[in-house]
Amino acid sequence: MSQLAYLAPSSPEEAAKALAASGARPLSGGTDLLVQLRSGRTSPSLIVDLKRIAGAVGIREEAGGFVIGASTSGAVLGEHAGLLRAWPGVVEGANLIGSTQVQGRASLAGNLCNASPAADGVPALVAARATCVIVGPNGRREAPVESIPAGPGKTSLAPGEFILEFRLPARPPRASDAYLRLTPRTEMDIAVAGAGVNLVLHEDGTVAEAHVALGAVAPTVLHVEAAGAALVGTRLEDEALAALAAAAQAACKPISDKRGTAEYRTRIAGVLARRAAVIAYQRAGGQR
Amino acid sequence: MSETLERPAAKADLQVVGTRPIRPDGADKVTGRAAYGADFNMPGQLVGKVLRSPHAHARIVSIDASKAKALPGAKAVVTAADFPDLASEVLEGGEQASNLRDLSLNVMARGKALYHGHAVAAVAAISSEVADEALSRIKVTYEVLPHVTEVEAAMAPDAPLLHDHLFTEGLEARPDKPSNVARRHRNLRGDPEAAFADADVVVEGRYVTPPVHQGYIEPQACVAAWAEDGRCDVWSSSQGQFMVRTYCAKVLGVEISDIRVTPAEIGGGFGGKTTVYLEPLALALSRASGHPVKMVMTREEVFRATGPTSGSVMNVRFGAKKDGTITAAEVELKFQAGAFPGSPVGAACMTALACYDVPNFLITGYDVVNNTPKVAAYRAPGAPIAAFAVESAIDDLARALSMDPIALREKNAVRDGTKASYGPTYQNIGYVETLAAIRDSEHYKAPLGPNQGRGVAVGFWFNVGGESTAAVNIAEDGSAVVVTGNPDIGGSRASMAMMAAETLGIPVERVRPMVADTASIGYSMLTGGSRTTFATGMAVVQAAEKVIADLKARAAKLWDVPADQVEWRGGEAICLDPKADKKPLTLETLAAQSARTGGPIAAQVSINAQGAGPGFGVHLCDVEVDPETGQVSVVRYTAAQDVGRAIHPSYVEGQVQGGVAQGVGWALNEEYIFDAQGQMENPGFLDYRMPVASDLPMLDAILVEVPNPRHPYGAKGVGEVPIVPPLAAVANALRGATGVRIPALPLSPPKVLAALDGAKAG
Amino acid sequence: MSKIHVTTTVNGDPAEFLATPGMTLLDALRDELGLTGAKEGCGSGDCGACSVIVDGRLVCSCLMLAAEAEGQRVETIEGMAQNGQLHPLQQKFLEHAALQCGFCTPGLLMGAKALLDSNPDPTETEARYFLAGNLCRCTGYDKVIRAVLDAAAELRQERTPA
Repeated sequence: MSQLAYLAPSSPEEAAKALAASGARPLSGGTDLLVQLRSGRTSPSLIVDLKRIAGAVGIREEAGGFVIGASTSGAVLGEHAGLLRAWPGVVEGANLIGSTQVQGRASLAGNLCNASPAADGVPALVAARATCVIVGPNGRREAPVESIPAGPGKTSLAPGEFILEFRLPARPPRASDAYLRLTPRTEMDIAVAGAGVNLVLHEDGTVAEAHVALGAVAPTVLHVEAAGAALVGTRLEDEALAALAAAAQAACKPISDKRGTAEYRTRIAGVLARRAAVIAYQRAGGQR
Repeated sequence: MSETLERPAAKADLQVVGTRPIRPDGADKVTGRAAYGADFNMPGQLVGKVLRSPHAHARIVSIDASKAKALPGAKAVVTAADFPDLASEVLEGGEQASNLRDLSLNVMARGKALYHGHAVAAVAAISSEVADEALSRIKVTYEVLPHVTEVEAAMAPDAPLLHDHLFTEGLEARPDKPSNVARRHRNLRGDPEAAFADADVVVEGRYVTPPVHQGYIEPQACVAAWAEDGRCDVWSSSQGQFMVRTYCAKVLGVEISDIRVTPAEIGGGFGGKTTVYLEPLALALSRASGHPVKMVMTREEVFRATGPTSGSVMNVRFGAKKDGTITAAEVELKFQAGAFPGSPVGAACMTALACYDVPNFLITGYDVVNNTPKVAAYRAPGAPIAAFAVESAIDDLARALSMDPIALREKNAVRDGTKASYGPTYQNIGYVETLAAIRDSEHYKAPLGPNQGRGVAVGFWFNVGGESTAAVNIAEDGSAVVVTGNPDIGGSRASMAMMAAETLGIPVERVRPMVADTASIGYSMLTGGSRTTFATGMAVVQAAEKVIADLKARAAKLWDVPADQVEWRGGEAICLDPKADKKPLTLETLAAQSARTGGPIAAQVSINAQGAGPGFGVHLCDVEVDPETGQVSVVRYTAAQDVGRAIHPSYVEGQVQGGVAQGVGWALNEEYIFDAQGQMENPGFLDYRMPVASDLPMLDAILVEVPNPRHPYGAKGVGEVPIVPPLAAVANALRGATGVRIPALPLSPPKVLAALDGAKAG
Repeated sequence: MSKIHVTTTVNGDPAEFLATPGMTLLDALRDELGLTGAKEGCGSGDCGACSVIVDGRLVCSCLMLAAEAEGQRVETIEGMAQNGQLHPLQQKFLEHAALQCGFCTPGLLMGAKALLDSNPDPTETEARYFLAGNLCRCTGYDKVIRAVLDAAAELRQERTPA
């Protein structure tokens, strides 16, 4: 029978060392890991609980931006007024992961490293151009969030590496974001498709910068540059939104499965990108 | 006694019935004290687990458990070889009759595994981890066979056969070849073909529904102990401790009285706990190991191995005159039974046209085995499926006739004196009153918003009576204990206590209701078919009346007056002879003196209750559709039902609301999804998608009371009817919102969007 | 398999137990501490029957390792009634008949308590979304939501002296 051990290190270095052992799995909120343990989909020899590392839980403002401890729960994110004001889309993505109960535990790092294409926490982070600080046996490095998932269930992290914190850049004026997803139920469901849109506006209300990221329509979350480009210079006129939707749909390469057909996912991705763009635009102070 | 049975007491005379007291088991259930199936433990117990087939259809060539048995801490392994190979025998006592051999083969596969998840072996070990390891060491050699999942594929002449001995019953002549069609049901009245030829308007449709699960939140769980002298104890969560006792005794080949079953609190059943899965295995493991054995299913096991209800394909045709008179109907129902015969297609055939007075019809039903879990009863078994097809077609007929959907139903409604499509003549039914309640509701007249639609559908369930035992024991202080043999799934302790209190004339707080084990009360059929408040309630009232007769006799003795000079009123014995000048004797007084008047005061009654009185429901549903995504939300819902008389109106409303919620889930999102190998792809609450709180609006329940004269307080069964109309009510509302008829469930967003596209293109 | 010694506070009292590394908090509560009020309906965080409050946060105890509870405050249904008095939520659940089989009730009550602790005056919609992680198959949620809103009103009344 497999022997399992549990460790809750207090320093990142100690954690990296423990995680370098074969069969070690990091534990953050645990809302995916415990389901996998129970179903037998994973049988690690060591669980490394990252929550007792200093800085793993909590949010601090730094140079106008935010540093989010990787194991910070969705509930804590949702209660941070400053973060909500600056990055409402990032927070709503994180807050859509599971129920209130799951929100009490689930973290952005877990959501990202579980590497589900449908992860609700990820598209808005990608659209936000967020980065993560990674600790590993060879020290620290910083990488864009979108570089972490490598396919369903796979990440680009090397053995022993784990995410210590996320960094969200400082916000210029007239900037906001939004995340929308579609699920058959109103809650407690996995996204059939999801769209995060991050906008910065000029003073005249035209879009200065736009980033669009889509979930559940490809093996990893997609940053669709053409979709963002379709909005730049516009006030989200109907033609601009149609171009956004078309660009978003053109980037989709989904699978058909029990949660939705490829055709349906693609179509919905366009609808959601359009709707999320309108919400982000209004939040940024734009008037259509 | 016969007087009260003839005419239910007038409502104005009732003190307790119709009020809303707090349920007697309430405090235990809000504090976590109530003990459900998995909450019981015995000293020295082992953990039992089941090895399940990874194939949808396979011959079991061999099972080698030697390595599992050799594992330290593994105490027993059982397979089909440890159970008697039983002959075919029909067993009554469940919600539906079942075949003993099939029951046994479903508990443990013998020779062939018939569905993915079918039990092939079970182990008992000192811990969950050791049990898992033991399971992994059992080597089963399978010869994989072709499998069949869909009902029409299973009916095809070249389909893989599940059972070589199965020949279709119900045909004019016995077929010469075996088939997956276990039975054909047929019910013909008049001359439907001629009536169709003569009709002004004909509508027809083909309807498809997937298998859906009862979805009780508590997985099956039990503890079993087999003593050295052969006496057995079972503690389990089920809809009937006597059902568990009978089935275990038969499957294991032991005396019924050697098994005592104690009912745990039950965490939902909805029909799904009207049979056994774990209990015989736990007993066999306990016998083999010499230890008590506890078994608890995982949620995945619940989905893979316990009863869903049937998936179906149905064809329905209605013919009518221009004025809306329905003259002809044709209904064809093909139901999946799962691995063994016994789908609820028979009940579906009987209920399909039960709300309509149609002179000419043909109803045909097929009970078809296939390589999915054996279906189990699910709330009004079969009726919601048939009603989805029939009520969708009736909605289309109303549109074709440009008639109001309620007016069309009123025009063709069954009434007292109508001969029901399934045989008997209706009496004391409240169907038209229920239609009127919806027609006159504020909801029916309220305006609809953009992208919204409104649907009406009706439903019927027979309700059943049957065998029940109840005891009423008066304590020395005049309080009462009511003992029954029916597990309390949804508040029946409250209604039992209320009926006893009403009859005895004492406050309900002075009555303590108990659900007893099989050794402590006489036989009672299981809790199901909406029978408990009716049938067991009748036994409670009769036991209380027997107590009253005894109390009157004792009062007469104390007063030295003839027995007919004593009346029981308001909890007191009253002397009718004014000359005797006797002060009334309260129950307290009589109880305190019981030793002097003949000993303890108690009565037990066993009955086979008849005259349950059918129930009718009329539902009204508003949905809103997102035309860009196909997402459907139920925005308003009103359900009216003839309940006879509500004993505890809150719990009656609760039954109605709960049935609606299950029906809405069935309509919108719930389904079994099978992959190409016949394995269920969504065996968890995440992807099975039952409604959550934010999926539903408030659910308005209108209780229509047309009392049942066969019950002392007028009760009719209420639990089943509310799940019958919602499937069609939602579908009809969606038809109203979109202009498109979607005849296949669930009405999931991709399907709705595709239908909207089709409508635009067409 | 070496066991981990876990020291926690459960319903205000110190509690210690030994946990295997893979043991969930739910199993520890039920099997080690004998607190069977939290139920297992799914084992995957999709039904909420095992809901407890840990350091003020509503969680599924099936999604948390027992070892993670070290040094934390755990509140379960067994601690909801105080000094022999039902909590207003418990009382309102009974008055509104907000339970039928009662299996989901402990989890729903913990969820409702977490809701009212953070939002004393929730709208119907807020209550429905907050409690979406608590499946109930019996009631259709109607009476549950009414009971929660009624309890919220009563608790607000208690807090505001007349």
